[in-house]
Amino acid sequence: MTIGLGHYLAVAAILFTTGILGIFLNRKNIIVILMSIELILLAVNINLVAFSTFLGDIVGQVFALLVLTVAAAEAAIGLAVLVVYFRNRGSIAVEDVNLMKG
Amino acid sequence: MILPALFFYLFAGVCVASAVMVIVSRNPVHSVLFLILAFVNASGLFILMGAEFLGMMLIVVYVGAVAVLFLFVIMMLDVDFVELREGFIEYLPIGLVIGGIFVVELLLVVFSWVINPSTAKQITAAIPANVSNTEALGLVLYTKYIHYFQIAGMVLLVAMIGAIVLTLRHKAKVKRQDINVQNARTPELAMAVRKVASGQGLQDSDAAEWVK
Repeated sequence: MTIGLGHYLAVAAILFTTGILGIFLNRKNIIVILMSIELILLAVNINLVAFSTFLGDIVGQVFALLVLTVAAAEAAIGLAVLVVYFRNRGSIAVEDVNLMKG
Repeated sequence: MILPALFFYLFAGVCVASAVMVIVSRNPVHSVLFLILAFVNASGLFILMGAEFLGMMLIVVYVGAVAVLFLFVIMMLDVDFVELREGFIEYLPIGLVIGGIFVVELLLVVFSWVINPSTAKQITAAIPANVSNTEALGLVLYTKYIHYFQIAGMVLLVAMIGAIVLTLRHKAKVKRQDINVQNARTPELAMAVRKVASGQGLQDSDAAEWVK
């Protein structure tokens, strides 16, 4: 009944897959895609912290802190871009994003 | 001994269930609320592992900042979210197949893999005993990893400036204070002395010139 490293890694793996599935299923809703990216980054953080605590090395937690910073910055910029895009086009449907003809 | 396992399964189960609800719920506001639940339970997992500082950080950063940001954006945008859900059922079978294969592969890796014993000798900064998690993190973050810490600060600064630059807009109709114009005003520009003839008042032509 002891909870080991593998248990936490399994939770992280399931969360990571859920995030990928979220991007896959909500192809049109960019807000849910952004939330799925947050879930993926959370899974990465769980992995980092699990290894950090089970190996007794604090560096993993430092790195998790940096990942947290980047995740917050990414959410802020992503939502700002979303707001500007909505102002210009009046819609946030992903398949309408073809202004650059890329 | 049973209690940590019990809490692990509680936190892990609620975390995974709410993560699933984030991607399947119809209303994006519900998605954000389930995201908050997932993060709170992940923070419980962090505390269970012994990383209290990051657990609290997760609540402060995600629930306090990111989730509120998501909520604001969802409520400000006037979007028909039902329309955005088209194709969900269409992609569901293939998505489940790919997701199933992916999670099985990841779990096989996780459970069939062992840590090399020599890894324990190669750790960079061991967690010191008799020191709280926050203090241990601070001891390395402000000394050995100070540059990374400052770069993280720069990333946040750039993100903040970027978000402001992207979303700030000046409306032409709104009057704003312009300090240069105010300082450049002279008495000659600001006022004019008129000799008003008795019984006639100020003429329209005079008024037009005066307003200018």
